[in-house]
Amino acid sequence: MEEDFRKGEGRPQLLDLIPNERDWMVKDVGGGGKCFGVSEEKKLELRLGLPGGEDWPAVKEKREEHSIQSALSLGHYSKVSKTICTNPSPVGAKRGFLDTVESKTEVFQQQQPGFLQLQAKGKELSQKTNGRAEQQSLEKKACGSPAAHGSAAAPCGDGAGANNSSQTRTAPTPVVGWPPIRSFRRNLASISKPSLESQNGGPETAVKFENGRKGLFVKINMDGIPIGRKVDLKAYDSYEKLSLAVGELFQGLLAAQRDPLTAGTQKNAEQKQAITGLLDGSGEYTLVYEDDEGDRMLVGDVPWDMFVSTAKRLRVLKSSELSASSLGAVSRKRTAT
Amino acid sequence: MTYFPEEVVEHIFDFLATHRDRNTVSTVCKTWYRVERLSRRSVFVGNCYAVHPERVVARFPGLRSLTVKGKPHFADFNLVPHDWGGFALPWIEAAARGCPGLEELRMKRMVVSDESLELLARSFPNFKVLVLISCEGFSTDGLAAIATYCRVLRELDLQENEVEDRGPQWLSCFPDSCTSLVSLNFACLKGEVNAGSLERLVARCPNLRTLRLSRAVSVDTLSKILARAPHLVDLGTGSFTIDHRAEAYHKVMGNFIKCKSLRSLSGFWDAAPHCLPAVYPICGNLTGLNLSYAPAIQCADLIKLIRQCSKLQRLWILDCIGDKGLAVVANTCKELQELRVFPSDFYGGGIAAVTEEGLVAVSSGCPKLNSLLYFCNQMTNAALITVAKNCPHFTRFRLCILDPKKPDPVTNQPLDEGFGAIVQSCKDLRRLSLSGLLTDRVFLYIGMYAERLEMLSIAFAGDSDKGMVYVLNGCKNLRKLEIRDSPFGDAALLEDVGKYETMRSLWMSSCDVTLGGCKALAAKMPGLNVEVINEMDESDEMEENPCDLDKVEKMYVYRTVAGPRNDAPDFVWTL
Repeated sequence: MEEDFRKGEGRPQLLDLIPNERDWMVKDVGGGGKCFGVSEEKKLELRLGLPGGEDWPAVKEKREEHSIQSALSLGHYSKVSKTICTNPSPVGAKRGFLDTVESKTEVFQQQQPGFLQLQAKGKELSQKTNGRAEQQSLEKKACGSPAAHGSAAAPCGDGAGANNSSQTRTAPTPVVGWPPIRSFRRNLASISKPSLESQNGGPETAVKFENGRKGLFVKINMDGIPIGRKVDLKAYDSYEKLSLAVGELFQGLLAAQRDPLTAGTQKNAEQKQAITGLLDGSGEYTLVYEDDEGDRMLVGDVPWDMFVSTAKRLRVLKSSELSASSLGAVSRKRTAT
Repeated sequence: MTYFPEEVVEHIFDFLATHRDRNTVSTVCKTWYRVERLSRRSVFVGNCYAVHPERVVARFPGLRSLTVKGKPHFADFNLVPHDWGGFALPWIEAAARGCPGLEELRMKRMVVSDESLELLARSFPNFKVLVLISCEGFSTDGLAAIATYCRVLRELDLQENEVEDRGPQWLSCFPDSCTSLVSLNFACLKGEVNAGSLERLVARCPNLRTLRLSRAVSVDTLSKILARAPHLVDLGTGSFTIDHRAEAYHKVMGNFIKCKSLRSLSGFWDAAPHCLPAVYPICGNLTGLNLSYAPAIQCADLIKLIRQCSKLQRLWILDCIGDKGLAVVANTCKELQELRVFPSDFYGGGIAAVTEEGLVAVSSGCPKLNSLLYFCNQMTNAALITVAKNCPHFTRFRLCILDPKKPDPVTNQPLDEGFGAIVQSCKDLRRLSLSGLLTDRVFLYIGMYAERLEMLSIAFAGDSDKGMVYVLNGCKNLRKLEIRDSPFGDAALLEDVGKYETMRSLWMSSCDVTLGGCKALAAKMPGLNVEVINEMDESDEMEENPCDLDKVEKMYVYRTVAGPRNDAPDFVWTL
């Protein structure tokens, strides 16, 4: 049970926090679209979230109430610190944490009519997730709105984008090397899990991200976007999920390129920006990959496991360019089926 | 001083305890340089590429103890590509040629091959101490060579290495004549262990004080070992799974009771709660306890154990201890100096995690606390300010809030003020790791107050170049700076290029530094190696025409007198 909670519900809670982070991007930076680097999807999500913060005036008001105290004036905090010292109540602390989260979501619900639409969407989406009852109830309680907001408003290839796929819904895309724990310790945790589960009777929770198995990160580039990204093939177990994640990932990037000012807001998300049809050639873009022999192949042609073991890099091409590229044998296969 | 015969000068130098002092006196005059180098017995090389091994060996022919460190710290978190470098062989070869009297070798984050271990084992007749930390590239065959040929081996200490398992026979390679072992740590090995050989080895080494077993060692074997070696001071148990009703359990408890000298316990792989009472008899003597490999033990059982450890100075634990458990630590372990709380659920949000309350409780109850590594879900400025007031003696303060850029959940502010309080209060702070939401302001505080700071780790922090500049300008004793995913660019990098020659190294990854900036740095400072690490395939269009405006994914800069290295792989460009 507890394992379940940690694995399943831990992640929605993490998604919770991401919207708050976006807030604070706005406050600190003052509107600059800071680029924090090029590779990880998680950072990407934070960047696109900037204008999203503008939609949460309620939270901004709260911010202004707490003026910044200088570190040198320890006096103000000493009263606060006394209560902390004398009443260490862990149960309270845990509740407090959830309370904080819930109170924020309440704020969102009150202030954001547009938000409620997304909230409904979020509930819809969350029902599609795998049938973990506890997870869903927690999501509805505390995570429903922010997570929904996260998924719909900030279309990037993070766990936010994974609302549609049960597996990735529960797992945010990992940031490489975070948290900063030695591989030795990560591997340890995954080796220990079987014995834990047999004791607790929890379901098998194959933590695919950075425990035990190393993630299989491959570069992925998209036509028209100069900066590539990396995806962890081991984070997915089907072409569908990979395609969805890739779609979400570049949807955000495209939107940001086309219209940097409104990128990432809810409005954009509701417009038809979704990148679909990556696998069947029906969309504007198609997903291809380069295998270990250097051949360019259409993603989806070989069994998933073979794909994971042979794919060296991915590419999102404009479908119109497919015939021009060297997909030879593969395009023949496609027309055949 | 120059009128004294050299033997007297040498004798005076014997009193200089630190490397720094000895390095300093060697620069006074030629005579002192010569006296110092000939009498030097121990050398520490913080970056294996800062100097050629041959040069070290030529300068210090009387070398007995050598310590070398390889990869940058962030290699621990998979940020450095696997074959970046840090090879041990050149060092061992050079020492084999120039310092046959070598007795001790310590290496950290280096690539050590079986071939180098074999060369090591055969080249130094007096070899006594081998310590390998976070190394890789070798197998149990290399260990077999060490066991076979190092006749007077005292210490074999393997900490958290990646060792390929080629069978248990290495342990049997210690000859019957080997009775000199004082310390044996093979906890990181994954393969089977020959219990009989192990027991016999322990039995014939009366000076054995430290023994850390791997997971493959059963409780039964442990029991027999304890019976043979009740004089152990530091024990790492093996798998420690026992049925508490079984005879084995009572036997092991009985044997623990006999170990009156036991001061430090670790291991407990696979330990379940009902096994713990076996160690209750010796808890009262423990100064060190590491339960961070035992995720099955939850808060209640941890508390029962810790309540009995009133002399604890060093505690490594998982966050399932919770704030409640930390309060018990605060009440019980008044001698506590070092605390490490590791995450059991890497993505945060678990019920059993710790928060700022636990840390505040410990700081309040344990005034001697000076070293902290704390993974938590959240932290507040108020808590950090309290901790700073309670524990002004921190020398190492590493806080990792699992969710990057998380603000203070109570006030929704960045954690600038909290960390500011820490650096202001802890005047002896040497090492600091930041996390949570942070603006340039925290770096202003660090630059202002952290005078003794030697190592700073930054992740997902800051707003602009100013942040990095505050640190570079302010921290006079800074030796290592490592930054990831923060908005520092060329302007910050190039603000004070001379600074990097006063430091060991600078790491920046996923920041805003461009190739052009790196090139400029390399051009201005020939005494630095500026390495740009690109893990990209050849077919990447960006790579074919790398532009100076392109951001650099990973950059590692270090001072060196050895020039650009000749063993760099293709993806490392030394500019």
